[in-house]
This record gives sequence, structure tokens and C-alpha cells, in this order.
Amino acid sequence: MRVKRAISGWLVLLVVLHATVIFAGFFSPYDPAEQDRKNPYLPPMRVHFVDARGRFHARPFVYSLRLHEGSFDQYEEDTSRPVPLKFLVRGASYHLLGLLPARLHLFGVQDERIYLLGSDSYGRDQLSRFLYGGQVSLLAGLLGAGVTLLVGLCVGAVAGYFGGWRDDLLMRLAELFLALPWLYLLFALRAFLPLAVSPLQAFFLIIAVLGAVGWARPARLVRGVVLSAKERDFVRAARGFGATDAYLLRRHILPEASSVLLTQAAILVPQFVLAEMTLSFLGLGVPEPVPSWGSLLSSLQQYSVLASYWWMYLPALIMLPFFLGYLGLGGELQQRREPYKIGKEPGGLR
Amino acid sequence: MRYLLRRFGHAVFLLVGVSLLAFTFTTLAPGNYFDEMRLNPQIAPETIAALRTQYELDRPLPIRYAHWVSSVLHGDMGFSFAYNSPVLPLLWVRARNTLLLTITAMLLAWGIALPLGIWSAEHLGRLPDRLLSLGTAALMVIPDLALALGLLVIAVKSGRFPTGGMVSLNFESLAFPGKLGDLFLHMALPITALVLSVLPLLLRHVRAALAEVLDAPFLLAAEGHGISRRTLLYRYALPAAANPLISLFGFSIGTLLSGSLLVEVVMSWPGLGPFLLEAILARDLYVVIGGVLLSTLFLIGGNFLADLLLYWADPRIRTEASV
Repeated sequence: MRVKRAISGWLVLLVVLHATVIFAGFFSPYDPAEQDRKNPYLPPMRVHFVDARGRFHARPFVYSLRLHEGSFDQYEEDTSRPVPLKFLVRGASYHLLGLLPARLHLFGVQDERIYLLGSDSYGRDQLSRFLYGGQVSLLAGLLGAGVTLLVGLCVGAVAGYFGGWRDDLLMRLAELFLALPWLYLLFALRAFLPLAVSPLQAFFLIIAVLGAVGWARPARLVRGVVLSAKERDFVRAARGFGATDAYLLRRHILPEASSVLLTQAAILVPQFVLAEMTLSFLGLGVPEPVPSWGSLLSSLQQYSVLASYWWMYLPALIMLPFFLGYLGLGGELQQRREPYKIGKEPGGLR
Repeated sequence: MRYLLRRFGHAVFLLVGVSLLAFTFTTLAPGNYFDEMRLNPQIAPETIAALRTQYELDRPLPIRYAHWVSSVLHGDMGFSFAYNSPVLPLLWVRARNTLLLTITAMLLAWGIALPLGIWSAEHLGRLPDRLLSLGTAALMVIPDLALALGLLVIAVKSGRFPTGGMVSLNFESLAFPGKLGDLFLHMALPITALVLSVLPLLLRHVRAALAEVLDAPFLLAAEGHGISRRTLLYRYALPAAANPLISLFGFSIGTLLSGSLLVEVVMSWPGLGPFLLEAILARDLYVVIGGVLLSTLFLIGGNFLADLLLYWADPRIRTEASV
């Protein structure tokens, strides 16, 4: 009972988080590619309720930032005029879910611009870029995990069910992939694929590479499940009644693997999100101007950014709840599967 | 002995497999180093054709692989296109730095994880154990990349630590203790990132393994015989819990090698990581293959060490081997 409630709790957290990313157009005030060249590296604006004269405002407001006298990158708040936050405003047009044209935004300001997470070198809003970047990174993680599990399921089923030389061959191959440090493997695979590609191509390339890197562990786990399931009495009985291999696998054996696959999915998704981030961070992933969580952080590779504009690191902190959600879910799922083990299995590809 | 021979055979099989895999990928690759050269109008097409023939890029794959293997066996890992020099010395300098980082981080991480995990398992379910579990869970949530970058941000803000490279500019002029101190100061940041990234995994497993053994009936019996708590823990419980931990030791090497690849790039440590990245961007074929192979070699070496340890620690394996 406790486990069940914990699982639904984590699921709710994940659904809420993913909804903000899926409906990024609504939650973000601007288009992620919209530039404001006059305001590069603006620090995050603070949301105020009390103004400089100590008066309380029911409606939250921000102060717009202006350059400090005699400096070129130090900003200070322009406290003469509060800029009130407006909710559910009409702003830049976007496509909801990539289909429905819309202009409604959760919040915005009139005449001025608002940067809750600051702006980057082109004056693009970091919050908008974070939300839109999440679409790329999370989708890459989810699709990558999907491909991986599909391949793992097929390989594991064939190896476990048919056995013999197929089993030997596939499992030796799986050992090869497990033996390599996964980041090196990711690098090596990426090394032999074209470097300069369009963002969409790069996206699918990354998913393919992730699938190629990760399939070995789920395949081994599925094989184990299939091996024990195919000796079960009801499976033997079904075979005695003349059930075909395909039917047995589909109807009786593979459903047994579903809990393993579910647990693996919860473990793999955050790892693949991280892998996509790593690739994009190093410039091997989805190219600009399409934002991804990795490319958001990649500006920190410059020392000047690191030293002067610490808020460029904020996206890394805001993405932590996503990882927390998946980790919590994975832990609970694992506990449901093996209630007596205290987190023994070093899950996932690492 | 047969057990060790079998493990050794396994290691060789893995190495051959990995090299074969890496080589097969090269045929799938569209474009190579010389394609970029072709864009340069100052280089004659004949020169490129000659270079292609010299590097045997026109020959079929099996022949190239056979040639490469025979040269590797002679201690020659091929030729770097970009550096125009043999790969092995280039790789070796970087690999040394990577190993320095990885081995230190490994020792440190295990040095922290073992006592802490034992202590945690001893106080299972009580407040310190709960706090520790919470801490490891929090550390696990932070992705490696965010962890390394965060440390870097903190270091830059505090201004106390150097944020890149392996030694200071005036390294050569320092006396020996100064040199050592300088090296340590540069190592501090990447080591911290690496240790923190593997520590939660190790800690959880040490705690789980020991907690399982502490629950076992034979320990209850031993306790009933009046054996002291210390002896119980270190003489009886620890050896019994060692088996999965040794396997984890081999496993943690892979994690650390991958982790150090990223940390090196983020913290500009002159190891295999930045070098490999550069080689990938330049399509420097043999450097990439060599780098991947070398890292696999480290990993396999570490795993073989773990197998040796297991042989020494677990009498069951020894008796199985002698039969």
C-alpha cells in the first residue's frame, strides 16, 4: 500500500513537471530564439511585493534593469518605476504541442521585458530557453529509452527463448557493450557519424546512438525473465496444446517482463537525458539555435561566463526536480519488484 | 588457476571484440579527415590521393583491420592525421593524467565509502543512518555535469582554487614540495567532482551488503558466543560481505572512467577526455580508436584485478578452480 501511494506520488510530480515543459509556449514569456541584443547577460530579475518606498503592492512587480553608471556589465534595478506582472497576457505567438496556434502566456509585462532567469549572450530569455530546451532533452531521453527497451526486449526474448547459438552470440555481444565505459562508447559512436547536421537529424541521431549504447542491460534482464518464464507450467501446457512460438512469447512470456521493463525505463530516462545533455554540452548534440539543456549550460565552458555571470548555472539547479522524480519513481518500482532487497542492483547503464 | 585463465581469456575476447566494433563503425562513417583537406584549394588532389593510399583508406576493411592489429601487436597504434605523429605517445601522455585522476579518486571514494557504509549499516534505521541515506539520495539526484559545473562555479566565486589545467604556469620554477602542492591544488576540484559522483553508489552498496550480512543467523550465533562487537564486525561480517563489493569495485572503474571523461573536459584537465573530443571533431580516426581501446584496456585491467581479489577473498571460487 505504502509503495503504491509513493509510486503515484512520484508520478504526479513527474506529470506536473513534464506538463510545464510540454506546454512550454504557455509557461514561457517569450520565444526561445527571440533576441534582445541590447540586454546581454542580464541577471535574473527579482519579483517584489514591496517597493523602494516600503509600500506594499498586491500585484507582484519587477524593476527593469539598467546599466550601472560607468560600467559595461554591472546592472542595477531602476527603482523609480515598478513594472507590474500581468497574468494570462497575449504575447509572442507560438504553437501549442506544435499544432495549435496560440498567443496566450501565463505571465508577462507591458512595454518592458522580464527575465526571471536572466538572459544569455544574445539577450534571449533563459527561462523560455530552459522550458523549450526541456522538450528536446526530455523527448530525447524518453524516445532513447523507448528504443533501448524495444531493442533490449527483442534481443532478450530471442536469446532467452530460442537459446543455443543465438543466445551465445547475442549475450557475448551484450557483454561487449557492457564492458565499455558508456561515455566512451557514446563518444565512439558519435565520432563515426556526421558532425554537421540539421537539428532534427541531430536529434534522431542522438536517439539512435543512445539506443545503440544502452540495449545490453535490459536485454540481459529480459533474457533472465524469459528463461524462467518459459519453464513455467502454464507455458508448457500452452505449448502442449500446440501454441506457436510467437503466440507463447506474446501472450505468456513477455508480459512477465513488463515490471522489469518499467523499472528499467524509470532508470534509463534520466540517464539518457543526462547523456543528451552531455553530448549537447560538448557540441556533439543538437546544434544552436534549438535550445537543449546541454547547450544551455555549454556557455559555462567559457571562463568569463563562469566568473561573471553565475546565473547561467541556474538551469542546472532547476532541472534537479526532474531527476529527483525519475530517481524516486525508479526506486519505488524496484522496491515493488523486489520488496526484500535494499537497493542491491546497480541499475541502468553506468 | 583455471578460473584465472578463464577470466584472462574473457579479457582478451573483450579487447578483440571492442577493437573489431570500433573498426566496423569506421566503415559506417560518412567522410574522413581527408575530405576536409579536399576543401582546401592549396592542397593538390594528387597529394590527397597519395595520402589516402598511404593510410590505406582505399583498401577493404578486413585487410585494414588485419594490418592494424598486427601493428598494434608491435606496439604501434597507428598514426594521427591531425598531429602527424604516432598515436601511442600522444595517447600515453594524456592517459597518464587520466589514470592519476581516476586512481586517486577511486582510492579516496572507497576510503570514504567503506567506513561510512559500515558505520551506517551498524546503526541501521537510526538517525545518523537516515541522515546519511538522505545525503546519498540527494547526491544521486545531481547529474554529473551539474555537479562538476557547480563545483567550478563555487571555486571561481571563492577564488581559492585554480579552475583549469594540471599545473600552474610557474610549475617548473617551483621546488619539489611546491610542485607537489601545486599539483594537489589543481587536482582538488576534479577529484572532488569524481568522488562525489561515485560515492552515493558505493555507499549504498556497502551499506546494503553489510546490512544483509549483519542480519544473518551465523552472526547472531557468534554474538551469542560473546564475541566482541569489533571482532564481530571486522573479522566475521566484513569478509562475508566482501564478495559483492569486490564485483562493485570492478564496476566502479567503468563509472569513474566515464565520469572522468566529462570532468576532464569541464575542468580542462589535460587527460584523455579533451584529447578524444578534439580527435572526434577533427575525425582523427586512429586516435579515437586508440583512445577507446586504451580506456577499455584500463577497464578490463581493473576488472581483472577485481577477479584476482575475488579469487583471494572467496574460498568457494578457489575450490571450484582447483577441481
